[in-house]
Amino acid sequence: MVTLEDFKGQQPSWCPGCGNFSILKAFNEAMVELGIEPYEFVIVSGIGQAGKFPHYTRCHIFNGLHGRTLPVATGIKLANHRLKVFAVAGDGDCYGEGGNHLIHAIRRNIDIKLFVHNNQIYGLTKGQASPTTMKKVVTKTQPFGVFSEPFNPLSMAIALNCGFVARAFAGDIEHLKSIFKEAINFLGFALVDILQPCVTFNKINTFEWYQERVYKLPSDYNPADRIKAFEKSLEWDNGIPIGIIYKAERPTFEEQIPVIKEKALIEHTPQLNNIKDLLMKFY
Amino acid sequence: MDYSIKIGGEAGQGIQTVGELLSRIFTRAGYYVFTHQDYESRIRGGHNFYQIRISDNYITASRSKIHILVALDKKSIYEYEKDLADDGHVLYDAEFLKEKFFKTNFLDVPLFKLAISHGGSKVMANTVAVGAVIGMLGMDPEIMYKLIMETFQKKGEEAINANIKSAKAGYEYARQQCLTCSFMVSEYLSPKLLITGNDAIGVGAIASDLKFYSAYPMTPSTGIFNFVAENAKNFGIVVEQAEDEISAINMAIGASFAGVRAMTATSGGGFALMVEGVSLAGMTETPLVIVLAQRPGPATGFPTRTEQADLLFALYAGHGEFPKVIFAPGTAEQALYLTNKAFDIAEKYQITVIILSDQYLADSQWSYENFDLNKLKYNDYRLRGEEFRALDKYSRHAFTPDGVSPLGVPGEAKHLVVTDSDEHDEEGHIIEDAQTRIKMVEKRLFKKLPLIKKEISSPLLYGENNPEIILLCWGSNYGIVREVVDEFSNKYKIVMLHFSELYPLPEDTKWLDYLKNAKLCISIEQNATSQFTKLLRMETGYKIENSINRFDGRPFTVEELKERVNGHLRRL
Repeated sequence: MVTLEDFKGQQPSWCPGCGNFSILKAFNEAMVELGIEPYEFVIVSGIGQAGKFPHYTRCHIFNGLHGRTLPVATGIKLANHRLKVFAVAGDGDCYGEGGNHLIHAIRRNIDIKLFVHNNQIYGLTKGQASPTTMKKVVTKTQPFGVFSEPFNPLSMAIALNCGFVARAFAGDIEHLKSIFKEAINFLGFALVDILQPCVTFNKINTFEWYQERVYKLPSDYNPADRIKAFEKSLEWDNGIPIGIIYKAERPTFEEQIPVIKEKALIEHTPQLNNIKDLLMKFY
Repeated sequence: MDYSIKIGGEAGQGIQTVGELLSRIFTRAGYYVFTHQDYESRIRGGHNFYQIRISDNYITASRSKIHILVALDKKSIYEYEKDLADDGHVLYDAEFLKEKFFKTNFLDVPLFKLAISHGGSKVMANTVAVGAVIGMLGMDPEIMYKLIMETFQKKGEEAINANIKSAKAGYEYARQQCLTCSFMVSEYLSPKLLITGNDAIGVGAIASDLKFYSAYPMTPSTGIFNFVAENAKNFGIVVEQAEDEISAINMAIGASFAGVRAMTATSGGGFALMVEGVSLAGMTETPLVIVLAQRPGPATGFPTRTEQADLLFALYAGHGEFPKVIFAPGTAEQALYLTNKAFDIAEKYQITVIILSDQYLADSQWSYENFDLNKLKYNDYRLRGEEFRALDKYSRHAFTPDGVSPLGVPGEAKHLVVTDSDEHDEEGHIIEDAQTRIKMVEKRLFKKLPLIKKEISSPLLYGENNPEIILLCWGSNYGIVREVVDEFSNKYKIVMLHFSELYPLPEDTKWLDYLKNAKLCISIEQNATSQFTKLLRMETGYKIENSINRFDGRPFTVEELKERVNGHLRRL
């Protein structure tokens, strides 16, 4: 039986009070409740405060480059789709630097769960605007305020018919844990945008700010309705819905690849005896 | 026998179809063949050519003198008539080109008329041309008919018959009408194998148990992508077209981390995007093979032409200091064996190996009796299954005497496989302390590099044993320089010193003595700044004084290079 002890990782270097602590707690508890052992999954992370996440739990880890979590995760999943593959990234990492990869990972519907720690600011580089920073917010590098429209990951994901689109809030650990579990049990690509206060650099979107706005989706909400889901994804100023916004049943990428239908790529034995036949076509 | 056939015309006219079918007929007849292509970055129009050389002897380059010029456009005649050999002939269709040439060595074959009357469609004109060339050469047409049957087998009986009839019409027309054709072809021998540099890299990769290939299409590397994809099903390979080159290399790194052999291929522009990934593979010690098929830059440059100007770029690719190996095969055969060696070294030392190719190597074809598959090496250096499970403890980046840590496959044991692009400890977790950093740099770089150097073969010395004149070259210039050496070898003590394993330089430095003792040493490079001589000087302190460079996007020709080498020789 796997217990919380099994997920005790390195000592976190996050600021005291950081929203990441509750995300870590919810994640570890979700893993225990799902009965997933540390060696059964890999976390691919990028750079940013979220990028350190896997070191603070226990699992296989590939902590790669800024923005490139999803390509690495895709390579791992295709090489061994028996492994559970999670990607953990921040808003700058995944919505900025790695935006193109997000679009195409959603298109593929590869069975990867992407957890984005969205604090609407750059923490590790000390307080610049991120793609999700709201308009007019003044920072050291945006002295006249942010001019650009904030990136809406949920609307984009729904537009791309993403398999599983959810939003959670680091301030509601029980709810976040349930979303983790639902996402992990879903077969296909899952995007979970986790709203998370940055206690050091984001003085606007504080814990209280989120607390006042977030509300749980009602129990009769139907995540299969794409148009409704799109409408929901646009809500922000007068209330931010949390929960599973959209779900679509699509075949996964890997189940469509004939080569790995029977067994994982890693289990294929070398076919070096057939090279002679391969050369025959050149005669 | 040493004949050259040049097929010139617009893109989309079927130059390649004619060239490929002819080349296959020649290798099937047992002749040695070398082909090279010159094409523009467009699908229709413009002007392209496909050049085929046939001989009884092993050949490694094209020659300028043309024996049969198949002119599918007027430009071919205007441009190449001057290149005709004394017994050279032009094959053309006066009605199609709307011009009649009244010269005895011009053979007007009504390609389109014969195609319609015998094959039922003008599409068959290319097959008529193939038949006419075989007729001009006076070859027995049976091999041609057999190859047509094989080529069109999938298209059915009707297509086979139409093509055979068209080929026969062209063949008979040329036999009857070309009164001045005096070519003498050799007897048929056992069939040869004909292969491009790109396909040879593909074969080498598959023969090394390539399991994962991710790439973004880019000329001239795309042929490798096509070849691997074609064979994906039979050999159990996952092939993915990534959204960009950044993704392509990171996917390959992910797959390799998960335990399968992975490769990506691109050209200079795409490689520029991959560079951060090269550094990532260096830090995480993830085995990786990258093919960098060069074309002239900067930026988009000449998309379909050739150059060797990315050597120093490849050498320095990736921020930070980490070991890397660079190979540059000179022929299709070298491409096959070096790709195999690349996979072996990449996994053995957990490093990146870059195979530097170029458009000339990628698209040209070489012919061989066969390949010696026993020379291929396959060792699985990974830690898997029972062996992995039996360990008490596992650290992905453990310090070991040779700097190589056990390469555990995640999920095959309860041990966790952890790695990081941040500097890390033996387990793979992020660290900040100076002592661990120093030990990690020593492990990755100083411990591995001397071992890697031991794996590197000496450059190839072609010719004389006590050379006075050395033509120094690397990569795809092999074949051209070799033939230049052949041309001079009766007059001079001349050799080619060819490097196909460029970096690190081999531990054995006997070749350096050759350079130092020679009367004349000329570096020959397909770039403007003699990049390899810079690498040599940096690594050995030895300066090469003479260089011959070409950087117009076209490969050297044997005749041109001979002339330029002669310029140096005259000054001796």
